[in-house]
Amino acid sequence: MDLSVVIAGAAGEGVQTVGELFARAALREGHAVFAYQEYESRIRGGRSSFRIRLTSSNLNAPRLDADLLLALNPDVEAAYGPLLRPEGLLLADGERVSEANPRRGTLPFRRTAEEMGDRRMANTIAAGALGALLGMDLASLERTASDLFGGKSREVRERNVAAAQRGFALAQESGLVGPRAAEVPKGRRTNPFLLSGNDALALGAAAAGCRFMSAYPMSPSTGIITALAKEEDLGVFAEQAEDEIAAVNMALGASAAGARAMTATSGGGFALMVEALSLAGMIETPIVIVLAQRPGPATGLPTRTEQGDLLFALHAGHGEFPRLLFAPSDPHDAFEKIVRAFNLADRYQVPAIVLSDQLLADSLFSFPDFPIDRVRPEAGLARSADFQPYRRYLLTPDGVSPRLYLGQGEDLVVIDSDEHDEAGHLTEDLALMRPRMVEKRLRKTGALREEIAPPEAYRTEDAETILVGWGSTRGAIREAVDRLRARGKRVGALHFTELWPLPDVSLPKGARFVSVEGNATGQFARLLSSELGASFAATVRRYDGLPITAEEIERTLDGR
Amino acid sequence: MDADLFRSPAGSQWCPGCSNFGILAALKQALGKLGKRPHEVCLVSGIGQAAKLPHYLAANVFNGLHGRAIPAATGIVVANPTLTTIVTSGDGDLYGEGGNHLLHALRRNPNLTVVVHNNELYALTKGQASPTTPLGEKTRLQVQGVEIEPLQMLAMAILHNAPFVARGYAGEIPGLADLLAQAISQPGLSLVEVVQPCLTWGMHPAAWYRERTAPLPREHDARDREAAIRWASDPSRLWIGVLYRGTPRPVFAARYHDRMGRRPLAELPALSPVEIARHLEPFRVKRTNVKEERP
Repeated sequence: MDLSVVIAGAAGEGVQTVGELFARAALREGHAVFAYQEYESRIRGGRSSFRIRLTSSNLNAPRLDADLLLALNPDVEAAYGPLLRPEGLLLADGERVSEANPRRGTLPFRRTAEEMGDRRMANTIAAGALGALLGMDLASLERTASDLFGGKSREVRERNVAAAQRGFALAQESGLVGPRAAEVPKGRRTNPFLLSGNDALALGAAAAGCRFMSAYPMSPSTGIITALAKEEDLGVFAEQAEDEIAAVNMALGASAAGARAMTATSGGGFALMVEALSLAGMIETPIVIVLAQRPGPATGLPTRTEQGDLLFALHAGHGEFPRLLFAPSDPHDAFEKIVRAFNLADRYQVPAIVLSDQLLADSLFSFPDFPIDRVRPEAGLARSADFQPYRRYLLTPDGVSPRLYLGQGEDLVVIDSDEHDEAGHLTEDLALMRPRMVEKRLRKTGALREEIAPPEAYRTEDAETILVGWGSTRGAIREAVDRLRARGKRVGALHFTELWPLPDVSLPKGARFVSVEGNATGQFARLLSSELGASFAATVRRYDGLPITAEEIERTLDGR
Repeated sequence: MDADLFRSPAGSQWCPGCSNFGILAALKQALGKLGKRPHEVCLVSGIGQAAKLPHYLAANVFNGLHGRAIPAATGIVVANPTLTTIVTSGDGDLYGEGGNHLLHALRRNPNLTVVVHNNELYALTKGQASPTTPLGEKTRLQVQGVEIEPLQMLAMAILHNAPFVARGYAGEIPGLADLLAQAISQPGLSLVEVVQPCLTWGMHPAAWYRERTAPLPREHDARDREAAIRWASDPSRLWIGVLYRGTPRPVFAARYHDRMGRRPLAELPALSPVEIARHLEPFRVKRTNVKEERP
């Protein structure tokens, strides 16, 4: 049993404020929470929603329908009304009247806010009402309002607490009956950590020792650089570049000069970075690029989600060079994964791409713990005195040359995008140097493959059907497995979060494989087919801009 | 210190007698005059014949992508502010492919010297117009003559109050060395455009350049922005010398470096798990204890 509370409104109406207040209050109550946000590419107006799912344990998977729908205006009521489940309740702003429809109720949020002297309080009042309808404790709402507005003046804080109380009372007095949160059993563990993929990637980058980030704003990746810029004492220099080409070249310059450096973008911006990705391969300079996917081609759907850039990221860049490709499943994983990306990019002097998407970037996930102590930065720089005479591209058995940064000591570091000799100077020695340098760079692939983690197996022991997914679909896939298992189906899952070099994995024999991915052409399934000879009996693919849900996977497997 | 310190072992790919050799000699002299040592210097370039200069001078080198020397150099000066970082590349590279980056470098004011080898054409690709080719000049591609206006990047830099803007001449090495030494000493962005005749693909003999170049009159006040723009964009002559010295302004990343220390970022220790945990705190929600007092 779980509950889905959907808050819908126009951009600028405060959907996010109500949603975050309510989500945090639910977490305080001891529930696990997953909040998916969807919105249009505009600043004011239109339709957006914050879909908060209350569960017993941290499923961290989206549900798109609603048990309780708060519609902040008539337009979104019409648009999102169909999401309401048969036994659900729709709550709208308006005077309390006796409705013919028992599934619809109104409460005067705006009028009450005006009476309290501040129209902006309508959102906090609504959050308070939601809490009361779900049978939550008033203290949870009061404390959350106090925390959330803690950075503001005391007056603002107190007014918001009062507004939450007022909304709570309004709903209690109304006699409206909503779905009860108390019916969602609370898990044994609390899930105090609530954060988005972008929050986790920013924090993970700082934990990895990143000191330089340059990026051009592009949804849904922008939250990473803004998070780093806001927290000055993380010590990361954050620069808004004039374009993505500048962003990635600045980061490469900074990396060559010794700073751990990153950039982040979405598909269109990544397309502009492709030449520099190839440069990173040639000059063997580490860089971490977060590619937060959104539906393409071209501008596509700027604020929606998709897993459509996997093969693009894998094949981007002219020429042949090794790279790393990660696709974290949730913020917990993203935090660890970006540290791994920095460490491995540094050790092997290769570019590392971290694939995210709008679902991971913007959604709030909850966790019982956070892996701060599990990560540490591992620097890949050499010491100046170890090698004489210093040659930046010394030919070595594993292909990794001792790396000094520009100006590290008295040794001169020569870095060249042309084919170069060991010293870094350009060469056209086709007979010897060119093949040796090509082989040197590609030799790193073998060691990289050893580093890559195998896919995570979930309930596969006796599975007749195995769902195969990657990245942010992990929660939905695991939920689908559990739902199907509960119905006696022998289903399991294999989930990949480290994609390239493709780990050496032997797929279980005899099982039927079903690929689950958020794109139209089954990119990962094609990759597994070509690299491992895997064949898939069925596919679950979604490319309408919304995330894959467990319900959808279950429906597809049932042949409905 | 002398210029010989900067001799590089790499063999040259320039044409015999190329005026790029003049720029190379002047740059070595300038660095020698300033007492720099090779490991203190970082040369950054893009692609083209001019962009090969960093290989011919002993220093740290970042020879990156076509047009992208300035963003790479901007990253370098942030990450290692102890280096003397100099961008040296051609007009096609810095004004064409990378023009947008130079415009934004004028806004950022990174501590960089940008040396533009201006031969007014694309030579490595065998003679097409560049952003600075004068109107009407015929090339292999612009067969009827160039029909679009040349870019006035020096005037643009002056308009944007760049700290140091100068034009040099590759055929006059001591004067160019002096200009480069001044440019390198100036904190913030220095732009030096060097008239660099191309003997192979250029339309004019060397004598034509000697006639067109002339030293700026002594009475020119480099603090006078309007006069500087007039001298920089005068179609009748290529005036050589310090055109403009901008009013003092903050150097890019100065506030960050003040906070972190003016040292390579690689020397900074990583944040401790305790510091990361402190930043995680806003994402932690406390569970309500029902007995807890209400606020």
